[in-house]
Amino acid sequence: MNLVAILMLFPLIASGVIFLVRNDYARNVIVRISACITGILSLVVVYVNFKQGLALSFKYEHIIDYCIMAASILIAVYVIYTGMKNKKYFAVVFAAVQTPLMIWFELTYKHGIEIHNDIIFDKLSAIMVLIVGLIGSLICLYAVGYMKWYHIHHDEYKERKSFFFAVLFLFISAMTGLVLSNSLTFMYFCWEVTSLSSFLLIGYTKTEEAKNNAFRALTINLGGGLAFAVAVVMIGINFKTLELSTLINMKPELMVLIPVFLLAIAALTKSAQLPFSSWLLGAMVAPTPSSALLHSATMVKAGVYLIIRLAPLLGTTSVGRIITLIGSVTFLVTSLFAISQSDAKKILAYSTIANLGLIVTCASTGTQESLWAAILLMIFHSVSKSLLFLSVGSTEHQIGSRNVEDMDILMNVSRRLSLYMIIGIAGMFLAPFGMLISKWVAMKAFIDSDNILTVMILAYGSAATLFYWTKWMGKLISNANRKEKIEHSFHIDEEFPIFIQAALTVVSCFAFPLISKYALVPFLSGVFGQATIPIDTSDVKIMLIMLSMLIILPISFSPIYKKDKRRIVPIYMAGENAGDNENFHGAMGVTRKVELRNWYIDNYFGNNKFYFWSNIIAVAILCVGAALMIWGGII
Amino acid sequence: MIILKIIAIIILAPVIGGLLTGMDRVISARMQGRFGPPLLQPFYDVFKLLQKESIEVNMMHRFYVYISLIFVIFTTVIMLLGGDILLAIFVLTLGSIFFVLGGYASNSPYSLVGSERELLQMMAYEPMVLLVSVGLYYVDKSFYITQIISSKMPAIIYLPGVFAGLLFILTFKLRKSPFDLSMSHHGHQEIVKGITTEYSGKDLAVIEITHWYETVIAFVLVYIFFATASNFSHFIAIGVCGVVYLLEIIIDNAFARVKWQMALKSAWIVTGILAAVNLIVLSFIK
Repeated sequence: MNLVAILMLFPLIASGVIFLVRNDYARNVIVRISACITGILSLVVVYVNFKQGLALSFKYEHIIDYCIMAASILIAVYVIYTGMKNKKYFAVVFAAVQTPLMIWFELTYKHGIEIHNDIIFDKLSAIMVLIVGLIGSLICLYAVGYMKWYHIHHDEYKERKSFFFAVLFLFISAMTGLVLSNSLTFMYFCWEVTSLSSFLLIGYTKTEEAKNNAFRALTINLGGGLAFAVAVVMIGINFKTLELSTLINMKPELMVLIPVFLLAIAALTKSAQLPFSSWLLGAMVAPTPSSALLHSATMVKAGVYLIIRLAPLLGTTSVGRIITLIGSVTFLVTSLFAISQSDAKKILAYSTIANLGLIVTCASTGTQESLWAAILLMIFHSVSKSLLFLSVGSTEHQIGSRNVEDMDILMNVSRRLSLYMIIGIAGMFLAPFGMLISKWVAMKAFIDSDNILTVMILAYGSAATLFYWTKWMGKLISNANRKEKIEHSFHIDEEFPIFIQAALTVVSCFAFPLISKYALVPFLSGVFGQATIPIDTSDVKIMLIMLSMLIILPISFSPIYKKDKRRIVPIYMAGENAGDNENFHGAMGVTRKVELRNWYIDNYFGNNKFYFWSNIIAVAILCVGAALMIWGGII
Repeated sequence: MIILKIIAIIILAPVIGGLLTGMDRVISARMQGRFGPPLLQPFYDVFKLLQKESIEVNMMHRFYVYISLIFVIFTTVIMLLGGDILLAIFVLTLGSIFFVLGGYASNSPYSLVGSERELLQMMAYEPMVLLVSVGLYYVDKSFYITQIISSKMPAIIYLPGVFAGLLFILTFKLRKSPFDLSMSHHGHQEIVKGITTEYSGKDLAVIEITHWYETVIAFVLVYIFFATASNFSHFIAIGVCGVVYLLEIIIDNAFARVKWQMALKSAWIVTGILAAVNLIVLSFIK
């Protein structure tokens, strides 16, 4: 059997086994081993196939087709059943339309279509496999430690850990299939499985809120799935092909652009772009590892992955313009929105949507430089975001809150945990770290392709990004000196995956010239004929010097500190400090507690009107864009 | 050779920055009908600060201003060696962020308010600073300052709007009224001395020196718009820098400090209009 097939099937089998094992201890061991194997397997697959790449077709195609068909029917029946039970009729309708449509297509037209390569493994797939395999397995590893404490802190929820871990692995399996498949029908199937898995994970706690949010996620993603299905059928009937690699080499005429537009809509729903973003914000009711998985390694990355694949058909075509506009509006609006949030998970969710918006913008701009930026953004975002989610999850266990305002004591509770979180935040926006390098190239790419509007939006969005991350970082280092000591226990099974990801965040920044040279440039050369790294070597050197400085400087200051003992005085509070830096003498001789709060500017950025109108604008862009595309195509 | 150059930049830039600050104080005094301090007063101040006892509120907060200084020096060196302007701006932002974090680290009410305001100011001026470098790149197809200042035509001809926008946000960068919300040069502000409230002695001297470097950086940005391949243009560029500085001093003395809402809105609207119109026009005529 082929290694690639093992990589796809192993998590699936692991998922089944984990679901059946009910003993806590045994299951934890199995989860840990399976996570390690998944991670190692993805490394091996990439190592073996990286140079040559790989293209294969399924041997027993008919059998696999029928298996997939049976599985789709099962999924559809399950969705329709639970949808009817919970009175969520939109999801029912979507499932009831697309599955019969696909089955009708499989049984009639598909027989005449020959698929040469079901699976294609190129440099981009290699990057995706590493993201899914490594980050995904680290998150599973973390989940073992996390879920133990989750159920101690939340004894109101029914424990369904077997189910939870099983779905995590199912998710990884589907995602691996998705990034490897070249056949659109197989990709569509994996696409639907990821929608289902996210539905199952979000609804884990079975509370009313969780149920509603899970159904919202399912409905929106099934809507996207419907668009995907229609696109597949259109391509199949019109062009007698079902291969992604053939599709992207076609001429951008109307009959091609309509299915591409539908595929892009599917990608936008999955990547939670405006106007489809509400499901990702609702997804945070689930336990943190599942949020981490949704936000970093799987799910939302599927959408941008598809857009990156479709990039040759986007660019200056009408579809490309629409998607660029949607992405940049999303980036700006959600960056501004993140300023008004104090719940750490909400900030992370908005920042995910914003960054995906940026990736969508870059990918749909479709030039060589912008694709370079898009892929690099995707890599760095995955690493930093999952690090941040995992550290927020552990913080919640340590200080009992995930509000950023309460994190000023984190330094006293666990110095290491706050350091990991600072690394994660720095990775998201600070100068020598990865996200910024990509933003830099994105800016260059937009101006090179005369996208003035996008450049302006990027400038404003970056300013907003800087605001909300810095104030969070400020809280972490503010070193509030509370007298009461909080008992903490940052366990090794939580810390180990976090540590690895913090290390990955830093290492990936040092390694980006290598990633660029060995993966991005060859991939882009394949797409565009030729490609170069868009940053000059002298600049790369300066960046690396800066990064080293950031690591060395804090250490080099410690000898000065040892020698230089200074007088420590109370904080200045206009002479009214009660002496302990925690209280001050207020009016009428009352002693009051000092409370320091960040700015949220929520009467500007936090109100619902702002969000409502941004969604209206996004819908308008899509509708007007679609109308213009069809009109332009007919003329 | 390059090492000598770097050393010269590191030593000379603060001297120039300090002299500029001294001139500012003399001119301001004359505008207000005072005689004012001697030209070298900023240097006397800093030397005195260095001799004073440095007291602190916790072990950590001075660390951030040192790092801030190092990255601001780094920016100055990149810019004066003719390096990548966008990279220089990113490094400068990093330096500014460390300064803000210094305010957070002291965990003092006045410092925190100062930090929040400083952060807001950064959010207000950052789009324009980025668009300045984008505009220059759009004109000369290079981010390198050496190449930008060796073109035939000065950038100002293509980018009058962007330059006007830069002048607007320069008031933030130079910490001048009406946009000196976070840390005024004058101690009678409602938030005492903002971020610097808890710093004293050597640390305060470091902050002052950082500001000198930042002043030089601000004028390098102005300078780039006027310098070309011809030698004469460099004199013009220096002259313009002088005029701009005088203008900023007049604005400083003529306007009262605004509220943060006004600072943010005005900077974003001015940026949006001037930079957008300029860049769009440019995209048509190029």
